[in-house]
Amino acid sequence: MDKIRFATVWLAGCSGCHMSFLDLDEFLIDLADLVEVVYSPVGCDLKDYPDNVDVCLVEGAIANEDNLELIYKVRRKTKTLISFGDCAVTANVPAMRNMLRNSAEGVLKRGYLELADANPQLPHAPGIVPELIDRVTPIHELVPVDIFMPGCPPSADRIRATIEPLLHGQQPQMAGREMIKFG
Amino acid sequence: MSVKTLKIDNQDIAVEAGTTIMEAAKEAGVRIPKLCHLEGLTPVGACRLCLVEIEGMNKLLPSCVTEVWEGMVIHTQTPKLQEYRRMNVELIFAEGNHVCSICVANGNCELQDVAVEVGMDHSRFPYRFPDRHVDLSHPLFGIDHNRCILCTRCVRVCDEVEGAHVWDVAQRGAAAYIVSGLNQPWGEVDACTSCGKCVDACPTGAIFKQGSTTGEKDADAPKFEFLTAAREKHQWTR
Repeated sequence: MDKIRFATVWLAGCSGCHMSFLDLDEFLIDLADLVEVVYSPVGCDLKDYPDNVDVCLVEGAIANEDNLELIYKVRRKTKTLISFGDCAVTANVPAMRNMLRNSAEGVLKRGYLELADANPQLPHAPGIVPELIDRVTPIHELVPVDIFMPGCPPSADRIRATIEPLLHGQQPQMAGREMIKFG
Repeated sequence: MSVKTLKIDNQDIAVEAGTTIMEAAKEAGVRIPKLCHLEGLTPVGACRLCLVEIEGMNKLLPSCVTEVWEGMVIHTQTPKLQEYRRMNVELIFAEGNHVCSICVANGNCELQDVAVEVGMDHSRFPYRFPDRHVDLSHPLFGIDHNRCILCTRCVRVCDEVEGAHVWDVAQRGAAAYIVSGLNQPWGEVDACTSCGKCVDACPTGAIFKQGSTTGEKDADAPKFEFLTAAREKHQWTR
């Protein structure tokens, strides 16, 4: 049997979910036997999201144009897309900037002009620094999501209980405090 | 004393006339989810989580404010109710700014608990991200309106148990918010006795002790059942 093609993606989040993923400790060794890691900031050097991915954990909300481009690509090329952690599921802390006038311009002005100590200046580097989008959103507001795994971050136990059934062709049971408590 | 006989989730039960459905369910050992209702305070039916189905009626009734009647047949866990309850909780999350990971009540929050109870793993409704304020003018406590679900427990506990009536509800609909005094900063309201009952009654992290950080708030909501029983039935121990 071919190995499961497994990916993880890091969008607008703090990487805490990926740290929690690494907290799977020795299960990572079992996982490595069952999957081929085809794209991941913590498990693979490839820079382009490949075709025919079986399972992808997506950490982070959608906050800029890079996130936007990647999430559409991920959805197109992935069978089972998992919203991985509170930022992916609720937009969480990255979305707190939405309360600031709900616009990219509002948050940039606040951060780079009004609160600047010296040399107030808006960042602008087309092609290098991705432009912010006006409203930070959870992933499922833009593309269909197959499984939601809340948590900030989800514990290693929750991550294992979510992905282990998938490796054996079963669906995880996303219910109860251990699996779906936010925060 | 007259007695009413009824059925809750196929369980026969007899209760005193004037009992609410929620009280009857508690006696029958049936758990109905709730957020705004707190034992010891007057029920108001604000959160709509405790809606139940009654045979022969085409509308759902809030169990905390509905008195039982003879021959009532009540269902508390139908698929319709479960779906509505989950939608209701999703709407509450989408209405305010509930960021569990940075909240004082993380892990000790009734809204968070209810989300788990109704099986909410995400909100199907887009978040509103309203622009709300934080009032830290009181020397001991703070109120973060982002986390407020307008259950009015603070309003009722301050009025009915403490007798100070510092809190009330201002505006209407989506613009409604909890107001202190005559729409003054909390710290300027002379009526406030700084008793902290609102902190204990608040189901979320909206009202908190200053200086508490993420996950540190552990409210004592059950204490109002004791305080009311002490006053009305002279039961002095808890």
